[in-house]
Amino acid sequence: MIINQFLILGAALFSIGVYGVLARRNAVLVLLSVELMLAAVNINLVAFDRYLQDSIAGGQIFALFVITVAAAEVGIGLAIVLLIFRNRKSANVDELDLMKL
Amino acid sequence: MALAITFGDWISEIENWVFAVLALVMVYSALRVVTSKNVVHAALFLVITLGGSAAMFVLLASEFVAWTVVLVYLGAVIILILFGVMITRAPLGFETRLSHPVRVQVGAALASGALFVLIGGAMLDAFGDDPLPAASATRAEEIGQSLFERFVIPFEVVSFVLLAALIGGIVLARQDPTVEEEEVLS
Repeated sequence: MIINQFLILGAALFSIGVYGVLARRNAVLVLLSVELMLAAVNINLVAFDRYLQDSIAGGQIFALFVITVAAAEVGIGLAIVLLIFRNRKSANVDELDLMKL
Repeated sequence: MALAITFGDWISEIENWVFAVLALVMVYSALRVVTSKNVVHAALFLVITLGGSAAMFVLLASEFVAWTVVLVYLGAVIILILFGVMITRAPLGFETRLSHPVRVQVGAALASGALFVLIGGAMLDAFGDDPLPAASATRAEEIGQSLFERFVIPFEVVSFVLLAALIGGIVLARQDPTVEEEEVLS
């Protein structure tokens, strides 16, 4: 196995996630795309951990922290989407223009 | 940047077969996540992509991270997202208005394609065909030693982040009782 196969896969998943964030209209689907980007980053972190043979497994630990923060992010993100839906009767990101002059 | 390794040499290793199949499945289901016209289908395709990433971690000899992904993502986050879909009464059937109009989609595809070419080109330029060194699986014991010795302060900080997220989620999502409900309660 070469390291680049994992890095290119990570780049592909990250780019697909970026496409999702830019092209999706529904806020829940934007959150799903952010999850894709975080998964791509985790693959890169663990691949570099294996590549550098880190004695304290820093890449894997960092991936675990990313997973934890992603779980917190989904919880808060869904709560915010729920609140927006309750107030505006819509979860579409292009209709949230209250702060637009 | 010419790669010294040919595709024939690369694919003749059995673990690269596993990698190729998993990577194709992951990229296909990731594309379905961002293009699917059904919110629940998008969430279920995300399950396949994240399961594939857990398999990639096994391939990279990082079993603890793989099982954490299975537990946290496939077990908790997807359930949370499916509940979110149901609670926000997002359109459950097929729906054409889930994405921006086509011209925004084309722009987004161009931007993310350019990003992929940039990142991929930089990675190929920097690492070429460097092989991954052979390694035995990282045991959970090593992860635990490292986590509670070298990384104990980040560990405590992240527990505080989780507590804040827990309280914040409850405060945000709690529905304030209406006037009539308050009269009933009192």
